[in-house]
Amino acid sequence: MKISFKLNGKLVSVDVDPLQPLLTTLRDELHMQAAKQGCGEGECGSCSVIMNNVMVNTCLIPTIQAKGAALVTLEGLRDTPKGKCVINALLEAKGVQCGFCTPSMVLALYHLLDNRTYANITPTEVQIRQALAGNLCRCTGYGMIVEAAKIAANNWEEVW
Amino acid sequence: MDRVNIPFKWQEATGRAQFISDRHFDNMLEARLFRSTCARAKILDIKLPKLPAGYFIFGAKDIPGRNELLMVQSDWPVFADTEVRYLGEIILLLVGPDLKVIDSLAKLIHVEYQRLTPAFTPQDSQQLIQGAIHNQDAVDDQKNKFDSHKLNKGDLDAGFSQAVQIFEESISTGYQEHMYLETQGIAGYYKDGKVVIEGSMQCPWYVHHCISIVLGSEDVRVIQAPTGGAFGGKEDYPDVLAGALCVAVQQLKQPIRLVLSRSEDIAFTTKRHPINFHYRTGVDSQGKIVAMDVKVDINAGAYLSLSGIVLQRAITTCTNVYDIPNAAVEATAWATNTVPCGAFRGFGSPQTCFGIETHLNHIANKLGLDAAEFKRTHLLTTQSKTLTGAAIFGDLVLEKMYAEICESSDYHAKIQAYRQQARTGDKLSGIGMALFQHGCGFAGDLEDTLVKAVVRLVKDANDEIEIQVSNTDMGQGLSLTFCQIVADALQRPLSSVRLGVADTEHVPDSGPTVASRSIVIVGYLLERAAKKLTDIWLGGTAQSVEERYSKPDYHQWDQQTFKGNAYQTTSYGINVVELEVDSATGVSEITGLWAIYDVGHVIDEAVFKGQIDGGFVQALGYGGLEVMTLDSEGRFQQTNMADYVIPTALDVPKIHSSVVDNPYQYGPQGAKGGGELTHNGGAAAYCAAIECAINHPINAIPVTPEVVCSLLYGKEDGVAFMTQQEQDHEN
Repeated sequence: MKISFKLNGKLVSVDVDPLQPLLTTLRDELHMQAAKQGCGEGECGSCSVIMNNVMVNTCLIPTIQAKGAALVTLEGLRDTPKGKCVINALLEAKGVQCGFCTPSMVLALYHLLDNRTYANITPTEVQIRQALAGNLCRCTGYGMIVEAAKIAANNWEEVW
Repeated sequence: MDRVNIPFKWQEATGRAQFISDRHFDNMLEARLFRSTCARAKILDIKLPKLPAGYFIFGAKDIPGRNELLMVQSDWPVFADTEVRYLGEIILLLVGPDLKVIDSLAKLIHVEYQRLTPAFTPQDSQQLIQGAIHNQDAVDDQKNKFDSHKLNKGDLDAGFSQAVQIFEESISTGYQEHMYLETQGIAGYYKDGKVVIEGSMQCPWYVHHCISIVLGSEDVRVIQAPTGGAFGGKEDYPDVLAGALCVAVQQLKQPIRLVLSRSEDIAFTTKRHPINFHYRTGVDSQGKIVAMDVKVDINAGAYLSLSGIVLQRAITTCTNVYDIPNAAVEATAWATNTVPCGAFRGFGSPQTCFGIETHLNHIANKLGLDAAEFKRTHLLTTQSKTLTGAAIFGDLVLEKMYAEICESSDYHAKIQAYRQQARTGDKLSGIGMALFQHGCGFAGDLEDTLVKAVVRLVKDANDEIEIQVSNTDMGQGLSLTFCQIVADALQRPLSSVRLGVADTEHVPDSGPTVASRSIVIVGYLLERAAKKLTDIWLGGTAQSVEERYSKPDYHQWDQQTFKGNAYQTTSYGINVVELEVDSATGVSEITGLWAIYDVGHVIDEAVFKGQIDGGFVQALGYGGLEVMTLDSEGRFQQTNMADYVIPTALDVPKIHSSVVDNPYQYGPQGAKGGGELTHNGGAAAYCAAIECAINHPINAIPVTPEVVCSLLYGKEDGVAFMTQQEQDHEN
């Protein structure tokens, strides 16, 4: 079945089983491999992308559900000023260890920071942790990813 | 080699790092393992379906070399042939272009079993029902024992004769699953006359040696791919996958990939060993421990794997950071019909730490003493002899660390207040402390007698330096720390040093990435190699140097009697956990975490902070969340990440940590090991905090809300003293 959606600002069409997980479509058909399969059951969040401005687990979403939607993956974000702001903050805080969950963490932090009412409001520790709660990391214990959110929030005005 | 010098973790952070699932190989085939469906049986017959063109099945008869996985010994077969010893043991490998077709073919395979009664616990194992699983031909008291040892310090009987009170109890720990975010996976292909395996792994040379025996050929090559977490889980298990896959690659000479699904990884890869401890401890009239008799029973699973060395660590660190004048330890690793247990961050120490810390808490409470102060009076000092009779090398600063963490966490004031709190409120507050240690490097003097690490530095004509070692970055940051060690020793810019790919075609065998040895052993060799290179430095000229391990003079060890320096050096730590228990639900909210460490000198504080945070949180999962139990057939009841829960960002607060600077003479820049240490104490401190909050002794981890509720509202007697096995049995 032909399904069209916006991927990182560009219209794309795929011809796939409509029930195929969106993650498979992104990775195998569209070669967007930053999203990873960590569990395939919607628990770990490593497959997260932003769909219509909501963080979603693409391993659980049938491709048909993305029809007409706007998707953002790390490939579309990593070279933008905001994407770089988050990535540099993660590197500065040393919030990257094995790196398998990191693409999803970049998206989660970006999503948190980009959806604030005012860019100069630094999210609280609890808000940051809530924003990360759907993305599991086994290496870092989260502390330095939380730090990265604060660093990125401070630098955000430069990229607003 | 083609790795350019890019910023640390930049590829990972931008999603460019290519994990094995992200790799593309032309004409690549997929593979799936066919596994046993019963825990103990003889294989009578295997009926295979007719295979469509392009699909293949491999088993024991297809192995060109030997059907054994070389680990410490070679008892674990690549493919089960005549018997299966655990549910999930690999019998066949299916290969073909389409996984859906492979899965449908797997359903047509029929294995005829003659079932035998399985043993799932050390207690079962000792019964020898329907004969032994392991060591069938040995004398009876050696049957089903993979390994056993006794260790004595002082005179136990004389010690007990001074005792006025004796405390005896059993304490147990459960399984722990690594739950690295990237599941196990490898790919194999044939290139330049060699079988090449690339994959997510800690120890490329282990895999190299293992598959060369399976194939009966040295024409093999192993390359580490970016590795999405390991924690010990990718020490031995990649041998199991590569052992099977290399047979197919050798025959088909086509790229094949084998990646485990999450459910497969949880069900069948190695776990942390469950251990049962039995303590008998004598205390004299001054409140000093004068004798301690410890029995340790380890559930090793179906094959030896690394259980002998886990056992050795459990024995030699049994009395933790305490100076017990008279002690005896008797420990056995039992064969059972369960998934083989293997390496997991801490390697026996998180278990022994939980055991002794909890036991000492219970003694102190019964004596009416403050547990932390009771422990403080028993601390090892620089003048002490260790459990294995060695002098302490360097200065021990445990007292200083203790004083610092008590102050930063306000431990004494809090524990006094929480002890006196009314236990009628909605929220019960608790605080707990655990002291711990970790021996760095291989057990005993195996670095000298077995590993014999070699490192190499290669400088090109542009004075750019490549580090060639077999140690891998699996998240812990070696790719930065190694470069810092070399750059600092050479007094060259960090950007001129890079870590080469861990590829057995190019790097010398500097040993595995295990045992908190990478910094203290390999890093020290790199520092020495860099100094050597400085001495012969010719700018603008290609040069290379090698350096080999030799043990420091003070390090003496007898592997037969377990006497001497149990490890080349030891790192130390203390954790404090503060929490609130919801008295209605039994759920705890962690409200404060403090940690202090002696890892010699810290080379990169942020990299070590990553180990502190990650290790502590993983240990809190081990202590409070991570339940793994077997059903009546020997299958894990937790099958996915919804059943087996690891901590999220919301489950833990910020960790307040610090380090003491206590440089170690034979470590790079004075550093010792720190990767595993950080996991050793968290579970014990967590359990102590819950005990403080609810005022009940607890004898097993994990301490889940269900356990807390059963202690608060369950039967009056019995429950608190149930071991893990008994609790499992009740469930």
